[in-house]
Parts: sequence; C-alpha cells; structure tokens
Amino acid sequence: MTRRTAFKLALAGAAATMARPAAAAVPLGAPADAVGLLYDTTKCIGCKACMVACREANGLAPDTGQSGGLHLMPVDLNEKTKTVIKLYRDGDKSSFVKAQCMHCVDPACASACMLGAFKKREFGIVTYDVNFCIGCRYCEVACPYGVPKFEWSKAAPKMVKCELCNHRLAVGKQPACTEVCPRQAVIFGRREDLLREARARLVASPDKYVQKIYGETDGGGTQCLYISHVPFDKIGLPALATDSTPSLQRTIQHSIYKGFAAPVALYGLLGVVMLRNRRSAGDAS
Amino acid sequence: MTVMPQAVGGRILTRPFRALAALFGIGAMLILYRLATGLGQVTAMNDGYPWGLWIAFDVVTGTALACGGYSVALLVYILNKGKYHTLVRPAILTSALGYTLAGIGVGLDVGRWWSVWRVPVFIWRWNLDSVLLEVALCIMAYTLVLWIELSPAFLEKAEQVGSPAVIRLASRAKPIVEKVLLWIIALGILLPTMHQSSLGALMLIAGPRLHPLWNTGWLPLLFLLSCLAMGYAAIVFEAVLSSWLFRSVPERRMLAELGQAMVPLAVAYAGLRLYDLAMRGQIGALFALDLYSVMALLEFALMMVGAFILLSDARRARLDHLFRAAMLFMLAGSLYRFDTYLVAFRPGAHWAYFPSVTELLVTVGLISGEIMLYIVIVKVFPILTLEKRHVAYHH
Repeated sequence: MTRRTAFKLALAGAAATMARPAAAAVPLGAPADAVGLLYDTTKCIGCKACMVACREANGLAPDTGQSGGLHLMPVDLNEKTKTVIKLYRDGDKSSFVKAQCMHCVDPACASACMLGAFKKREFGIVTYDVNFCIGCRYCEVACPYGVPKFEWSKAAPKMVKCELCNHRLAVGKQPACTEVCPRQAVIFGRREDLLREARARLVASPDKYVQKIYGETDGGGTQCLYISHVPFDKIGLPALATDSTPSLQRTIQHSIYKGFAAPVALYGLLGVVMLRNRRSAGDAS
Repeated sequence: MTVMPQAVGGRILTRPFRALAALFGIGAMLILYRLATGLGQVTAMNDGYPWGLWIAFDVVTGTALACGGYSVALLVYILNKGKYHTLVRPAILTSALGYTLAGIGVGLDVGRWWSVWRVPVFIWRWNLDSVLLEVALCIMAYTLVLWIELSPAFLEKAEQVGSPAVIRLASRAKPIVEKVLLWIIALGILLPTMHQSSLGALMLIAGPRLHPLWNTGWLPLLFLLSCLAMGYAAIVFEAVLSSWLFRSVPERRMLAELGQAMVPLAVAYAGLRLYDLAMRGQIGALFALDLYSVMALLEFALMMVGAFILLSDARRARLDHLFRAAMLFMLAGSLYRFDTYLVAFRPGAHWAYFPSVTELLVTVGLISGEIMLYIVIVKVFPILTLEKRHVAYHH
C-alpha cells in the first residue's frame, strides 16, 4: 500500500464514520424524579402576576424600558426576565402564552456547554453555575426555544434563565409563578402527573384543545408542557422532531471521536508516513 | 544547491506600515473599552444573534484562511512533495498569525474573558458532548504547535545576531526542536483536521434554526474540504502578493501546480454539497431565488469560476489569473462560513444583526496588527525564499 492510498483510506474511513445515520442515537427518557410545569392557554388571562412573582423570587431588576420607566414591560425573555407572558393574535383568535425555560429532557444548552455550567440536575432541572461559564453564548445558538439570555450590558456578564425556582423547591415551596397564578393556568408537579392531567383535559374537552401535548416528545421531550386552543406554532412553540435537538450533532461527533481512537490512529499514521518520507529522502541524498 | 529562506530586510516603518499602526491603535482602544464595559456597548450582537462578526469572521473564516500551513504540510510531509518546501515557512507564519488573531478574537468575544484559562485547566469539568470544547482545545493547541513549527526561523536568526549567551542557547535549543519537530508537524496536521471539521459540526446543534441549504450532517466534511481549498488558495495568494511587494521572481511552475490541485478539491466540495442537497430534496430550495438561495448560489459560483480559471494550462501559467482564482476560492470559502454562521441562522423574524462600526473597527484593527506582524517578521527573520528580480534595493 502506498502512502497516498493509505492516506486516502484514512480520509474515506473518516467520511464513512461521519455518514453513519443519526438512528444510532439512544433516545433519552426524562429522569424518574422529573418535575415541571403545565401551562394551559385556555385558562391564562394574561394578568402577568407570574412575571412579577418570578422577578421577586429571583431578585431580578424590573425591565421597564418599553414603558418609559413606569412599570414592568419586557417584550421577551431577556437578561432581566426569566418568564414572560406574550399575546399571539391570529385573525379573531388570540391566546396568551407563557415563556420560560422548557427544562428539556435532553437540553441542547447543556450538551453545548464547554465546562458544564448548564447541567441537568435533581428533578431534571436544567441549572446554571456561573463559575464554569466563560460567556461563549454557544447555549444561545443551541437552544431551540431561545431561552438562555446574556447580560449584554455588563462587564462581568452571566447567563440568565429560569431554573424552576430550585431554591424554593429546596425549602419545600413551589415555583413562584405557579404559586401566584390566580387561574392555575400554570401548575407545577411531577412530569408524569402533569402529562396525565394534560391528557385528561384533552379528553374532557376535545373541541376546546388542539389534540396534542406540546413537550411530550417535541425536541426529545420537555419537562414544561403546554396544551392550547390555538396551533402551537402560533404561540411561538417551534415544530421540532422527536429526536432531541443535540442528538444529530452528538451522534456525528461521538462516532468520529469514539474513545478518541480515530484521532490517535490518524496521528500514528501521519507520524509513520512522515518517518518513511524522511528516510526515503535521506537515502536519496 | 539548496536555497535557504532569508530575511527580506529593509525599512520597517514605511508609510503603509504607519497607516496599519493607526488602524491597529483604534482597534486596541476599542478592545480596552469593550473589556471594561461589556459586549453590548461595542457590538451589535443580541440574544437572537449571540454570535456575530468576531466569531464568524475573525475565528471561523480567519482560521480557514489560515489553513495554508495545514494544506502545505499535507503536501510536503505526507504526500512527500519536497519541492514545495520553500512554501512551508511563509505558510506556517500566516497560519500562526491567523490562529493567534482568532485566539484574540475569541478572547474578546467571550463575556467572561478572564476565565478562559479554565477551559484547558478544568479537565474534570470537560463536557465531552460539547463540540465547542473540542474546537477550543484544538485551536489553543494548534496555535502553540504553529509557533513551535516556526521556531527554527527565530532560532536561526538568534544564532546569527544574538549575544554569545543567546547564540549558545539557540544552538542548544535547535537540535531539540529538530528532534521533536516531526511529531509536532504531525500534530499540526491532525489538529486542523479535527477542529476545521468540527467548526462545521458546531452549527448542527442549531437544528431547524439553521436553513436547510446549510443544515446537513455533511457539514464537517464540507468544512474540511473547503478549508483545504482555501489553504492552497491562501498560499498562492500570499506567494503572488509577496513577489509583487518584495519584487522577487515567483515560483511560477510550483504555483501553477498548486492551482491545479485546487480544482479537484473544489469539485469534491461542490459535488458533495449538490449530492447532499439532492438526497435531502433541497435542490428546489437552491433555486428558490430567495436570500438563502442567492447566497448559496453565489458560494457555488465563486468557487466554480475560480476552478474554471484554473482548468486551463495557459491561464495557470499567468500570475494574474492565479491570483484571481485564489481570491475567488478564498471568497467562496469565506462566504460559505459567513452564511453557515450568520445568514443561515434564523433565530426568528424579530431579530436582526449587522455589525456595528466599533465592532468592525476592532476586526480591522486586529487584521492590521496581523499584517504588521507579518511584515516585521518576514523582514527580520528568515521566512521567505525569494529570488530577487532587481539588485536588492534596501540594505
């Protein structure tokens, strides 16, 4: 075998590994202790009590920019806002929708994060630890829901996102947003219980709801679930495959770098080829 | 007779050099301002477009344009084409400078820049799912490798002009470097193979937010093929340009052959892309003539026109044609990277991004600094192998 063909073979091998289909990804289930939220568009009246409670519970400065400094009025999740109520209008149909971290079963932010500042921990909550955050913002590129936000205006910025009030859960309380919701439009519970509750509501009022629980399998599943009287894409929830968002990348990357064997082999091959080249050059002179 | 690389010599503080220094000065001041105040004050990046010009150009495009060292190392050390050896040092120098600039670019772009050192040090925290971790570690290691590969040039100079102590040190260090150099060069081929492909894999995590014309599992291989093509193009570009600037006779035959080698790379890249688009049923999207289709067609067109120029023996023999083709290849590959990282990334209709003036000035300043360093290094250290056209005019 000539050096040239050896190298070509190595490249072809690398290409073949890359071409392996994504089906090799093992689907991840939600952890057994997974908790989350269930939001029901038909119950929300848009009072925004959850936003105020969230701000207080998480020590966030009020975002009053849009209102000329008068009252809390963020247009979206941002560096001061971990949950927001938005209004979607489609003809004569309208709906409120609450945005916050979805606490994915297989979170893209955690898969992307270099030092694991974003990590799925107890109860499946996706938490953030600033000590291991470099501020690269790859999590923002990764999150299909646009949840993690960066403190653009600060010299020492952090990432900001809902951590399901895990500091309150630790002392036996529920998240601030579910505690204050006057209509129980958003409720807190174990993911399994929430799925059961959602299914019961869909069955009880088949005409009222789109017959789907968003987050059951979308993007590999989320721990915050939605049921709605308007199509989900209208309320800003993207159509995602049932494969989790990071699965394709992970499959490709792990196929190439499995056990770091391919890079080590390639390194050895490169070294051997170069040694032979040098020896043949030495013979010639 | 072997021709050895020589310092170009000549005055350093020329007028163009001073202009570059002024641009670098403006950039440096803005960099200090950014470090003191945060990213929001200097850049137009936002939560929709968390990565902007600094990542898409300084890092992703810049390192691809700096693949000359990688491409020529493959040619000389693996495919055993020793005759291209004179191209190695200048290529390694531009690569070292390009990667150093990319490193500085990342350092400015990360919000918590003072904690970057934790990435290589906190081994117990490494998230092996993170493609960015692999890219970051690889680029850090490769930048170091490039400067080690270049170190013989500095040691040779030190042997000539240093004080006795420096000369002793340099002549002691040289055999050590020469002994390990082979394995360093092998690393210098392995690492770019890894991170240039991973720079493609990086954007796969954006999933459906990445436009289907770019969102494919083949991104790693497409990035690898195109960075090799860009690497050879950058070598041709640099060789022709330095022959013009330093008034020397360029190695026409060699450059023509490099040009020839660029054609199959371009065909492989374009062929694989078309095959993938066809397999995924996206040929229609390619000709939809919306923004995305126009950008993708432009990427294809730039590379194909470049490859077409290089097809003919007569055109390859002419420096202006070679230069033009090299520029087209570099543009095509750069646009492909810009599109993958910025244009094809669709965070939602309510988000927009266009780099701010200050953001642009930082990039311009960094590039100016890179060119200044290149000029200083080739004038002082033995990098280029130039055959003088005229009697040497500055001495």
